[in-house]
Amino acid sequence: MSILVNKDTKVIVQGLTGKTGTFHTEQALAYYGTKMVGGVHPKKGGESWTSGMDGAADLPIFASVAEAREATGADASVIYVPPAGAADAIIEAIEAGIGFITCITEGIPVMDMVRVKARLERSSSRLLGPNCPGVLTPEECKIGIMPGSIFKKGSVGVVSRSGTLTYEAVFQTSREGLGQTTAVGIGGDPVKGTEFTDILELFLADEATQSIIMIGEIGGSAEEEAAQFLKDEAKKGRKKPTVGFIAGRTAPPGRTMGHAGAIVSGGKGGADGKIEAMKSAGIVVADSPARMGATLADLLK
Amino acid sequence: MNIHEHQAKALLKSFGAPVADGVAVFSVEEARKAADQLPGPLWVVKSQIHAGGRGKGKFKELGPDAKGGVRLAFSKDDVVRHAEEMLGKTLVTHQTGPAGRVVSRLYIEDGADIERELYLSLLVNRDAGRVAFVVSTEGGMDIEEVAEHTPEKIITLNINPETGVTGSDAAAIADALKLTGPAREDMLALAGVLYRAFTQTDMSLLEINPLIVMKDGRIRVLDAKVSFDGNALFRHDDVRALRDLTEEDDKEIEASKYDLAYIALDGEIGCMVNGAGLAMATMDIIKLYGAEPANFLDVGGGASKEKVTAAFKIITADKNVKGILVNIFGGIMRCDVIAEGVVAAVKEVGLKVPLVVRLEGTNVELGKQILDQSGLDITSADDLDDAAQKIVKAVRG
Repeated sequence: MSILVNKDTKVIVQGLTGKTGTFHTEQALAYYGTKMVGGVHPKKGGESWTSGMDGAADLPIFASVAEAREATGADASVIYVPPAGAADAIIEAIEAGIGFITCITEGIPVMDMVRVKARLERSSSRLLGPNCPGVLTPEECKIGIMPGSIFKKGSVGVVSRSGTLTYEAVFQTSREGLGQTTAVGIGGDPVKGTEFTDILELFLADEATQSIIMIGEIGGSAEEEAAQFLKDEAKKGRKKPTVGFIAGRTAPPGRTMGHAGAIVSGGKGGADGKIEAMKSAGIVVADSPARMGATLADLLK
Repeated sequence: MNIHEHQAKALLKSFGAPVADGVAVFSVEEARKAADQLPGPLWVVKSQIHAGGRGKGKFKELGPDAKGGVRLAFSKDDVVRHAEEMLGKTLVTHQTGPAGRVVSRLYIEDGADIERELYLSLLVNRDAGRVAFVVSTEGGMDIEEVAEHTPEKIITLNINPETGVTGSDAAAIADALKLTGPAREDMLALAGVLYRAFTQTDMSLLEINPLIVMKDGRIRVLDAKVSFDGNALFRHDDVRALRDLTEEDDKEIEASKYDLAYIALDGEIGCMVNGAGLAMATMDIIKLYGAEPANFLDVGGGASKEKVTAAFKIITADKNVKGILVNIFGGIMRCDVIAEGVVAAVKEVGLKVPLVVRLEGTNVELGKQILDQSGLDITSADDLDDAAQKIVKAVRG
């Protein structure tokens, strides 16, 4: 089992015809034949997209998400549209009734995401991101930009706000021989679709997921909320061994550390408070980003 | 992106907010003219730097008994005297750090008769995913202290983006600030004005501390701090024009030209990393092994050879740097591109300090090969732990 995506997930690409969309769609097709079923471009409907890879089939291009969904039966969409148009692309996917939308685009204005979030709340769609690496279920489905080569089918659920730290956790758990059920990057923006708690709920419910790695960073209070969620669920008897890490212990207050959401301001969002919250929920916090996998392996012994 | 107080006030005024008349000046002569233009009998002379706490701040070059960075003037001659004393001096506040900031512009403003001081800010409340008003009757003070000691005196109100500020939202803000009579009427209008200014110019923070009720019962914006969402600057030419490069770190300006996320710090190990989370984690692990990072630097997902070279130059330009750690986990970013960039940069600017490189992910073997065959004195690391230990050992011995 896995969460969010599996071998049956049918994916359309918004922004397929650009350089980024093309590269990552080729990578997805090459990864255990992820079911990429079409692309969307308002002016190129009726055309087709040709992969640069040998033997790969062409993908049809549709003028709208609604048309693409109608024709292909897609249940997921991935968005590589540049920042200025990304919010509208997400809203188009919501209005077309796509159940699972992943937005990779980095640099979307916050005010646009405020608008998206309000629209999202009136729908039944789930949005992952923006500014995230996507989601990958080993040997089944790759949506987004994670490097498939470091994954190994296994039992750890990985959820992270940071892209490259997701890779770090995946790499380390593969090296420990544990492997992953699914890895999810929720993204580093302050206003986003899916939060830690949403993913933790799915991992707790997924039988194949036997342990969890959760990687947070400074800024906001999502890690504290996630810790409280795990605490509450543990009281109901739902509990899995969990290792945590928080990036940004050495970050100076008042500065945005790369991610728009990574900032300690007004004394809030600091690493220490998050680490304390995680520990109080029974999460074992790795002191070094190089020891997430080893810490989990020790915990499972 | 931050702007000066006088720019923030001009912007708010253009949306219809009540602000005092004032003039931004760069010289004593201009200050005298500004004093003539304003009616008096009270003037305020305010240092314009991108940092808070100016009133309580001290000028380095003046004695400890000298007045701070915001001063009242009771005559035109007073205005001139203050301008002479403040311009060109270094103001140190709790937000500038010990180095302080040189005051090269002043804002000369018409004085006000203050009855009450309130606090009002707008920001994006990330928990709700909405723009929120944060208000308090305890204005003029450090709001972080109010939050710590009397959190019940701070009220947060989220605004639904699909309706904007409604009549009942505005009334709730006026109630929270205990406003009556003309001040209440002013506030009911001001709430919508501020929300429009915030959303239409893509601000990330608008802080008015204090917002005052004057003796005549009307409301006025007495101080204003505005930051903009860097991701939205592409659609606001007018906002970009307000950027003051003299308020920013030279290395950070250089980095922004290449679209590198760079922040200068005080340590001795320069870092070049891909991804913001991994960049922070790399700083953390350096600290864990007993050294200090010299910077935060995220080269981003799609860095080119040119970008890597620029990043390397910025790091080596920092005189505090005694060693460099390059930590790359290639997803989209290919390790061979990074390796080529590092080799090109070292050949161009030379290498005077130890360099440890850790590569992992896409095209890692090719990347390592490029480094090995370069003939340069580069230490390879197997993983993140190994990399951190090697660079700290090289620097600290």
